[in-house]
Amino acid sequence: MGVAAAFFYLFAGVAVASAFMVVAARNPVHSVLWLILTFVNGAGLFLLLGAEFLAMILVVVYVGAVAVLFLFVVMMLDVDFAELKQGALQYLPIGGIVGLVFLVELVLVLGTWAVGPGVSGAVKMPLQPAEVSNTVALGQVLYTQYVYFFQAAGLVLLVAMIGAIVLTLHHKEGVKRQDIARQVARGPATAVELRKVKSRRGI
Amino acid sequence: MSWLDSAWLDTALHLIVIALHSLAVLVALLVFIAFVLLADRKVWAAVQLRKGPNVVGPVGLWQSFADFIKFMTKEPVIPSGANKVVFLIAPLVSCVLALAAWAVIPADAGWAVADINVGILYIFAISSLGVYGIIMGGWASNSKYPFLGSLRSAAQMVSYEVSIGFVIITVLLCVGSLNLQDIVFAQRERGFATMLGIPWATMLNWFWLPLFPMFVVFFISALAETNRPPFDLPEAESELVAGFMVEYSSTPYLLFMLAEYVAIMTMCALTTILFLGGWLPPFDVAPFTWVPGVVWFILKLSLVFFMFAMVKAFVPRYRYDQLMRLGWKVFLPLSLFMVVAVAGVLQTMGWAP
Repeated sequence: MGVAAAFFYLFAGVAVASAFMVVAARNPVHSVLWLILTFVNGAGLFLLLGAEFLAMILVVVYVGAVAVLFLFVVMMLDVDFAELKQGALQYLPIGGIVGLVFLVELVLVLGTWAVGPGVSGAVKMPLQPAEVSNTVALGQVLYTQYVYFFQAAGLVLLVAMIGAIVLTLHHKEGVKRQDIARQVARGPATAVELRKVKSRRGI
Repeated sequence: MSWLDSAWLDTALHLIVIALHSLAVLVALLVFIAFVLLADRKVWAAVQLRKGPNVVGPVGLWQSFADFIKFMTKEPVIPSGANKVVFLIAPLVSCVLALAAWAVIPADAGWAVADINVGILYIFAISSLGVYGIIMGGWASNSKYPFLGSLRSAAQMVSYEVSIGFVIITVLLCVGSLNLQDIVFAQRERGFATMLGIPWATMLNWFWLPLFPMFVVFFISALAETNRPPFDLPEAESELVAGFMVEYSSTPYLLFMLAEYVAIMTMCALTTILFLGGWLPPFDVAPFTWVPGVVWFILKLSLVFFMFAMVKAFVPRYRYDQLMRLGWKVFLPLSLFMVVAVAGVLQTMGWAP
């Protein structure tokens, strides 16, 4: 057992334990924090696989951006924990059955797993890439062979983003907004006006 | 003995060397930060025609160490309504993450503790994790001002990461590698100086000249990303007392403070590496090349930090909506356009690496 194996068991163990804590934690904010720990350990597992680019992107996108928004929402929500816990027990049988079905399916799939005869040589993971690094290889595949899928995925995300903005953006009438260009364009000529004010009259 | 065979011994020795290397980097960094803190206050004072800290040691040189001892010996106060574990983990998370970024920063050729392929992405990932220390601290304090401060901070850091990401992409387009050392080496060989036929003027080869708009965007985004004035909205004392740090005292506060300055140093180092040629001398001729690379690196780092300190001294604090406008409506379109423009120029002129 080398250092890599030791780190694998460390990352995998912490990932599984914190994934369990996501469900088990009483406080939803703690759940999100455990979820973040799970993500980070997932990134560690990617690193061990030699997929350093994926690992870093996982941390940047999921931990750095998506989980921050999760945390935002969960912190702002005013959840009544006691009420949530009350109903939990009556859903236990259904949840248990679903979990059991999943477990049986997993066992069936993994138990009957068979690798095709020529596959093991063809899909062997390059742990120590000789000429090109993992990032370069990924770029070369992504922007040549899969460029249309890549673009399509980007467009789907763009449409989703525009949809979210359209659904939530309301321009209220009569709200004063700052127009910085107008402010900057205002000079002494338009901003200052000299008036001769008569005594005890005002303007 | 079987456990002493050479493979295990090699691994153990390797780990010990890495540990010692990391320790050396951290000690050097922390001592440097002690004086940078003083320099920050001195610059601020000089701009306001004050003397600044000048009592502890000659011209106040030991002020940071005195502050350090003061923080260590004070009583850590934990509010009774606070979420104790998260409250205490938050400053640790901030500090450890900020220090972790320094594992990949090369102060000279081959000096980085870990010379990894995706060095720049690693720093980007680590600095995007930095927001958690602040959110956790603000939430766990169980108080209004810290919570508002942490919400502001999270929104601010996520917003400015976007433009920092695009700026990094423009530099990477010119380099063709995500390795920090390769980024520095790319600034040695090619660029304006080489085109003009004066390859000894390496200063003109550095990316600050061809990518000048991105240099400015990066500098301002770095200010916002590290919560430095004029973007220190998370701890705006006129609105939020001290933002997410209100409830912190003693060592936890020290850790937050340290994390902030380490993050600032990381951003200065990143500016140096991306735009100012890292450890390369400004002119590749005799008196300049005698100076070791690490000295040039520290000089450039200090120059960037001096700009940070000057900005703090004479720019008034932004309003929050203006901050968001600058990030999303000015920097995002500008940097996005520059990514396309730089890529187009590199492709059409055949300069792409």
